[in-house]
Amino acid sequence: MSVLGGDGRTRRELTQPAGAGCGWTDGQKGTTHVTTMSSAEPTRRDFLYIATASVAGIGAAATLVPLITQMNPDASTIAAGAPIEVDLSPIADGQVVKVFWRGKPIYVNHRTKKQIEEAQNVDVAKLPDPQPDSARVKPGHDQWQVLIGICTHLGCIPIAHQGPYDGYFCPCHGSVYDTSGRIRQGPAPLNLALPPYEFLSDTKIKIG
Amino acid sequence: MSGHPSYQPQSAFMRWMERRLPIGGLIYSSFVAYPTPRNLNYWWTFGGILAFMLGVQIVTGVVLAMHYTPHVDYAFDSVEQIMRDVNYGWLLRYLHANGASMFFLAAYIHLFRGMYYGSYKEPREVLWILGVILLLLIIMTGFMGYVLPWGQMSFWAATVITNLFSAIPLVGESIVTWLWGGFAVGNPTLNRFYSLHYLLPFVIAGVVGLHIWALHMVGQNNPAGVEPKTEQDTVAFTPYATIKDSFLLAVFCIMFAWFVFYIPNFLGHPDNYIPANPAVTPMHIVPEWYYLPFYAILRAIPNKLLGVMALGASILILAFLPWLDTSRVRSARYRPAYRQFFWVFVIVCIGLGWLGSKPPEGNYVLFARIFTAYYFAFFLVILPVLGKIERTKALPNSISESVLREGKPIGAPAPPPASAKV
Repeated sequence: MSVLGGDGRTRRELTQPAGAGCGWTDGQKGTTHVTTMSSAEPTRRDFLYIATASVAGIGAAATLVPLITQMNPDASTIAAGAPIEVDLSPIADGQVVKVFWRGKPIYVNHRTKKQIEEAQNVDVAKLPDPQPDSARVKPGHDQWQVLIGICTHLGCIPIAHQGPYDGYFCPCHGSVYDTSGRIRQGPAPLNLALPPYEFLSDTKIKIG
Repeated sequence: MSGHPSYQPQSAFMRWMERRLPIGGLIYSSFVAYPTPRNLNYWWTFGGILAFMLGVQIVTGVVLAMHYTPHVDYAFDSVEQIMRDVNYGWLLRYLHANGASMFFLAAYIHLFRGMYYGSYKEPREVLWILGVILLLLIIMTGFMGYVLPWGQMSFWAATVITNLFSAIPLVGESIVTWLWGGFAVGNPTLNRFYSLHYLLPFVIAGVVGLHIWALHMVGQNNPAGVEPKTEQDTVAFTPYATIKDSFLLAVFCIMFAWFVFYIPNFLGHPDNYIPANPAVTPMHIVPEWYYLPFYAILRAIPNKLLGVMALGASILILAFLPWLDTSRVRSARYRPAYRQFFWVFVIVCIGLGWLGSKPPEGNYVLFARIFTAYYFAFFLVILPVLGKIERTKALPNSISESVLREGKPIGAPAPPPASAKV
């Protein structure tokens, strides 16, 4: 048997087993009737269902945009991340100074001649993250190594002048960096990141 | 079950109520007449203990929230103010902090009990998976709560754990910035952790509701691992399970109170009494004891992405346990080989916890790798293979047979003991 759709047209047959929702059993004859719904063609009602669900779905998805993006850095946080200037003149030979930019510690390392030579005379091909020392300093400013003092493993602050390379050592999970900030041992995958910076003069840099 | 009387409201009010909101009947059928296997041992009381601990954490937590300030400049001081100035603040905070440890202790015992007696096997897979979801939720909640006092360990735990997401290729850094709400862990991070730390316990309570619902659908497993067949295999929840649960809960609370009143900082870390300092990482940072096994797995693998994946997999793999264990025998009582591998697994988990508290160097790393290998091999190799080759012992025909005749087969069904008639 078939039930006609509201608009009188025959629809695709949807058979359901007896006992489930639409079926019933004829007590006298003991036979089972099966309700069928028919819809051979999509109807205007089908279109309305799909259109309504689509509008609701797009609306719900659009609502997620503000709910998710509110968690990104707000305007004041971004404004507070403006560039900073660092005066290099008081930093002695071999001294490492820590400054903060965007809540991140920036190490400014005034490297000694010995440190520079050691950093330059490394077989780059053997490094986990191969990078020559020259790519990690500004040309003509070999003695100034400026890097973000955040371990590339899980974000701890490495300690300067520690570890076998007299560079940086991360106390959390044992990553060792050389004076160029390149990863040498331990679980960290990458060299210490370099912040964007430029030399305003020989004794002044702008970070950011 | 048919033998247990149905709910008969005693008062006119409850009769009136029952026809409108049958809550009396629901409580009666769930916690009074509910049939429990008669052979349940004390390992089965930890579900009740966990429910109690969730209540303790919510009550003390809501009260602490009345005095706490979620701001980087005030959070540490407000916690100290709770300790020194707020009436009974010291008690409430120590209950909450040690309560987290007790919660995890009970959760791990509950989990190991499920593994020993095969409680995850058909038809209890969904019940088990809900339990794994609960474990994930309490791990997240505990972590965010630990950040709130804003001490050195709080700050660096937040930094290390959020940085786990930076291991994700391409989008990792953006996700971490999004989690922080800044370019580093800061005030927005503390604020959102506070919000979520308040929210998640109620999510946990909801999932606990599903967990209990699923439990009452399939019934409790039991030490014999065979399903109750007749009425004499079960006893009523009240008084039998109620009394047993209450007794062990009292013992558990004595231990809880011992920690709170005598060694309240034993499980904590002294560095967390130093205010957070983004410029200095403590020399030796470790998570709370209940995360140490996972932390050891993270550090055992000398590759960032793989280490983070192993950390996640070590928890998620539990959800697949019902399908990894191919044995049809539930209880380890009747699985002599599985029993041995299980206890090695327990020792490995405790060993990983100990290794997680040690610095990542030398032999500590070596053993962490061996133990991590066993941890995963247990799930991915031992359990699937063992189920096919193990010679299991003969199962008892029924629970009452295993109890009354110590597992020896009985010819005719034993007469129902008086205690089973409720």
